[in-house]
Amino acid sequence: MKQGIFKIIDNTPLTKNVYKMTLAGDTTDITCSGQFVNLKLQGNFLRRPISVCDRTDTELTLVYKVVGKGTEQMSLMKGGELDILTGLGNGYDLSLSGENPLLIGGGVGVPPMYLLAKDLIKEGKKVNVILGFNTKEEVFYEEEFKALGANVYVTTVDGSYGIKGFVTNAMEKIEYTYFYTCGPEPMLKAVSKASITSGQLSFEERMGCGFGACMGCSCKTLTGNKRICKEGPVMFKEEIIW
Amino acid sequence: MVNLKVNLSGIELDNPIIPASGTFGFGYEFAELYDINVLGTFSFKGTTKDPRFGNPTPRIAECYSGMINAVGLQNPGVEKVISDELPKLAKCFDKKVMANVSGFSVEDYAYTCEKLDKCDQVGWLEVNVSCPNVHGGGMSFGTSPEAAAEVTRAVKAVTTKPVYIKLSPNVTDIVSIAKACEEAGADGISLINTMLGMRIDLNKKKPVIANKMGGFSGPAIFPIAVRMVYQVYEAVKIPIIGMGGVSTAEDVIEMMLAGATAVEVGAANLVEPYACKNIIEDLPRVMEKYKINSLKEIIGGAH
Repeated sequence: MKQGIFKIIDNTPLTKNVYKMTLAGDTTDITCSGQFVNLKLQGNFLRRPISVCDRTDTELTLVYKVVGKGTEQMSLMKGGELDILTGLGNGYDLSLSGENPLLIGGGVGVPPMYLLAKDLIKEGKKVNVILGFNTKEEVFYEEEFKALGANVYVTTVDGSYGIKGFVTNAMEKIEYTYFYTCGPEPMLKAVSKASITSGQLSFEERMGCGFGACMGCSCKTLTGNKRICKEGPVMFKEEIIW
Repeated sequence: MVNLKVNLSGIELDNPIIPASGTFGFGYEFAELYDINVLGTFSFKGTTKDPRFGNPTPRIAECYSGMINAVGLQNPGVEKVISDELPKLAKCFDKKVMANVSGFSVEDYAYTCEKLDKCDQVGWLEVNVSCPNVHGGGMSFGTSPEAAAEVTRAVKAVTTKPVYIKLSPNVTDIVSIAKACEEAGADGISLINTMLGMRIDLNKKKPVIANKMGGFSGPAIFPIAVRMVYQVYEAVKIPIIGMGGVSTAEDVIEMMLAGATAVEVGAANLVEPYACKNIIEDLPRVMEKYKINSLKEIIGGAH
C-alpha cells in the first residue's frame, strides 16, 4: 500500500451514470489487475474504494458508477488533486488462466476486466470477454476491449443490444480454459454455477479502511475467514460459500 | 526540546499516543507502513475467550464526520492471540502492548485476562465493558455500576498488570460507573467507547448495517468524549485514557487538558493510515505554539 496525491487529468461520462477518471501519479504499488484504490473525498469521512481499470507507470484509470454521495461528488470533479491509497487488495492470479481464459464483467464489474484482459493478451493468451448490462444505454468499453484484441460478447437483459439475456447465456456459447469475473453478487453466483472450469471471482463489500485494519468487510470461506479488502477482493471459485 | 513522555500506571510512554482497539489490528498491517515503535503503545484488537467471526456484513456505514461499525468483536480467540498474533507482533514492536479484552460473562473476562496476564509483551489490560455490538454481551456490564465493578474485581483477582476499564458513553451517568470501577480496584479508566448509532439506506429503506445499529465514532463524537473525560477526572483519582474522535495533535492536547494521561486514536487510523505517526510528529510544533514544555504538566489543566 502506498499513499499518494494524484492529479485529475480527465473525468468524462461514458454513459448516463458511469464515468471515466484519468489521474496522474505514482502507480508503482499497483501490482496486478483486480486490485483497488481508496480515495479521500472532501466532506466525506470514509475513503471510497474503486477498482483499478487501467494503469501505466504514471497514470491511473478509474471507471466508476455514480451510486451515492461520494461517487456523485467524484463525477463533478473537473480537475484538482486526490489523496489516494493504492495497491490495495489481492488481485487476479494470471498464472492459472490457461490458453483461452474467459473474462466476465457485469455492469460496474466491467472495469477491472480491462487491465486483466490487457495483461493476459500481453502474455499471448486468447481472451474472450463477456460484458453484461441491463440495456443498450448502459453499455460501455466494448470498443476498448476490442482494441486490445479480445473477442468481445455483449449481453443486455432486455435484448436492446448484443445477446439477449444474462452473461450466463453467452457463456454457453464459448469454449474456455479458466474464468475470471467481477460484478454483482447474484451474477457471480450464477457465473460460478454455470462455469465448467475453475475460476476467480471479485467481491465487493462496504469497507471501513480498505487495508485490513478494521475487519469491516470480513467473510467466511472454505479456507477460513477472509477480509474482502486484504485477502480479497479476488477469491477462488472453490473456496466460496454461497 | 519539549517533553512528550507520560507515565501510565508505572510504565513510561515516549508519548501519549495509543491507537485504539479495533482500528489497528495486531499492529503488523501498520508496521508495513511505518515503524510502529514511534507509538506510545497500542491497544490490540478486542480479544475474547473463544474465536469470534462477528456480525454479518454490511458492518460499516458512513456518517457526517464519522462512521458506524458493527464488527462484533471478530477475533481469533485468546489462545490464538497468544500463540500466533503476539509472536508476530514481537517482530515489529519492542514496547509493551495494551491487551484489550471483551467478554460475555464475568468468568469470560477473568479467563481471558488470566491468560494474557502471563504474557510479558502485555503491559496493561484494557477491559472493554462497553462494546455496544454484541447482543446481551458487553453492553450490560458497562451500563451498571455494580456489573462494571464486578468485572473489575474479577479481573483484578487474576492479574498483577494494571487494569483499565473501558467505559461506554451510552449511559445516563458515566461518573457513577467510573467511581464504581475505581472502588473495585481499577488502575485506570479508558473512555469513551463508541456511541450507539444507526443509518438507514434510502434506496432500500432499511438499516445500512446488517446488525441495524452500531458504534458511532470519529470527529463528530470528540466534544462528547472531552466532556466525559472532564467529568470523570473530577470524580476519580486514577488515570484516564481519553479517546473518541481524536484526529489531530490539537485534539490530543485538548483531551489531556480535560484530564487524560494518555490518548487513544481510533477511527482516524482507518481513513488516514499514518494518523498516529503524523500526530506524534506534529505534537512538538503544537506544544510550542501553546507554550507547553511537558505533556505531563497539562493533564487535567482545564480544571
